[in-house]
Amino acid sequence: MNLVVMRLTIRALLGRRRSLMLFGIAALLLVVAGLVRWGTEASITASAATMQNFGLGTLVPVMCLLIGTGVIASEIEDGSIVYLLAKPIPRRTIAFSKLAVALGTSVVFTVATMVAGVAIAGDQDWQLALALGTATALASIAYTAVFFAIAIVSRNPIIVGLIYALLWEGVLAGYIPGVKAVSIRQWALAPAERLLSSHPTWNVTSDLGMTPALILLGITTVGAVFVAVQRLKTLPIKVSE
Amino acid sequence: MSTLELAGVSRWFGNVVAVNDVTMSIGPGVTGLLGPNGAGKTTLLSMMSGFLPPSAGTVTLDGVPIWRNPELYRRIGLVPEAEAMFDAMTGWDFVHANAELHLLPDPRAATLAALEAVDMMDSRDREIGKFSKGMKQRIKMATALVHDPEVLLLDEPFNGMDPRQRMHLLALLQRLGADGRTVLFSSHILEEVEDIAGTIEVVVAGRQAASGDFRKIRRLMTERPHQYTVSSANDRALASAIIADGSADAVRLTPAGLEVQASDFGRFVEALPRIAQATSISLFEVTPADESLESVFAYLVSR
Repeated sequence: MNLVVMRLTIRALLGRRRSLMLFGIAALLLVVAGLVRWGTEASITASAATMQNFGLGTLVPVMCLLIGTGVIASEIEDGSIVYLLAKPIPRRTIAFSKLAVALGTSVVFTVATMVAGVAIAGDQDWQLALALGTATALASIAYTAVFFAIAIVSRNPIIVGLIYALLWEGVLAGYIPGVKAVSIRQWALAPAERLLSSHPTWNVTSDLGMTPALILLGITTVGAVFVAVQRLKTLPIKVSE
Repeated sequence: MSTLELAGVSRWFGNVVAVNDVTMSIGPGVTGLLGPNGAGKTTLLSMMSGFLPPSAGTVTLDGVPIWRNPELYRRIGLVPEAEAMFDAMTGWDFVHANAELHLLPDPRAATLAALEAVDMMDSRDREIGKFSKGMKQRIKMATALVHDPEVLLLDEPFNGMDPRQRMHLLALLQRLGADGRTVLFSSHILEEVEDIAGTIEVVVAGRQAASGDFRKIRRLMTERPHQYTVSSANDRALASAIIADGSADAVRLTPAGLEVQASDFGRFVEALPRIAQATSISLFEVTPADESLESVFAYLVSR
């Protein structure tokens, strides 16, 4: 880790329109949560459904996409990353420093939004908030690592990331049985299902058991980090326009 | 004293060959890397600065390969052509961050020295995004100088500079070269190279076209046959007078005017008005037909 790289990354991440978009997305979830509470008279089943599908299934991956690509993609695109790379610091260290900023930011941001959303939409003794907050934290780590890797590997990280986030995780993994088993969202829900085992009517369920889900999450995260670091090590950088 | 060595270096992107079997040795002093746009200058600089691996051959600094060797950045300073920096930061903060990234013991003093060297102390607290192109260029220069490198690589450093800034940078590069540093800058403008570079490397279409003392290469360039198109009140009579005078090698009569080829550039330019006056033929237009750098380079390559 290099603290200067982390400092520069935080500045670049939070200084732009991106932070406005992040707050906008968070606000959107909270507004929807308020509407759900009002429309269903604080039904916890409705709260759980909304927060799983719209929150965890759609907005969490989008937030992670903005953060995971935001820490590095634009610097690669405009070439300003040369100022970090033309230094006696291994590229591995630069990758880990940027990833650490991305992971920290996205976990804090998505979990805070999720817990606030659940609290607004409807909960009982913070049980749903705890369960979905845990799922969000796990999903957030894996998503951010995946999007960080996409940012380094792909030339169109936002497009590729959006297709993955909305189509695969948002739509297919919600409805198609085969795809459900290979979805970060479903894996992250496994511990939430366990936490809420005494409330089957809330319908917080995962297609996988706890152990395989956590193993798959771990493999995906570590794999994405590995790909990202390896690719950055040998990434050719343009020094001209 | 450091020497950059390229041995049999080629670089291709898919089917496109950007650099073709280039061998050069760049030692202390100022060297100009000259060539038309798209000749492969930036690709060469990218390989020299460790941002691109050569497809074939080796790029080394004092015998050590540059690719995937970040430790060498302690000795190399790079001024990229791309303008993007961390635009929301002030000049001071950005250069200071670069000093810290170089793990310098006293980043503050190094930042101060670098900003003074490029004459940017007065604007140090303004945001980079609000700087003019020339000021951005100087901030880039400061980031490259902040760790006092032995080797300085600059990609088109004079682009967008006004004459005063250009003079300042020229003097700075000359001073660095005289100090025994290895300074290499790329340019597609002959005159820029003329003023400071003792040695030049000319690349055209990815190949090395000429290498060595600037004055010798310049002479090759100016002594080549020059082409002119001339239109006048009486092209046919003017053509015969030019041939009779002997100041041109060939004259061709076309509907648009005369195409004249002269091997002695100075003599023809001096003779033409005299001939026109003696024969009382009015000249309407005299245009050098192929003064573009591309044609100069193409001529050099064909020799």
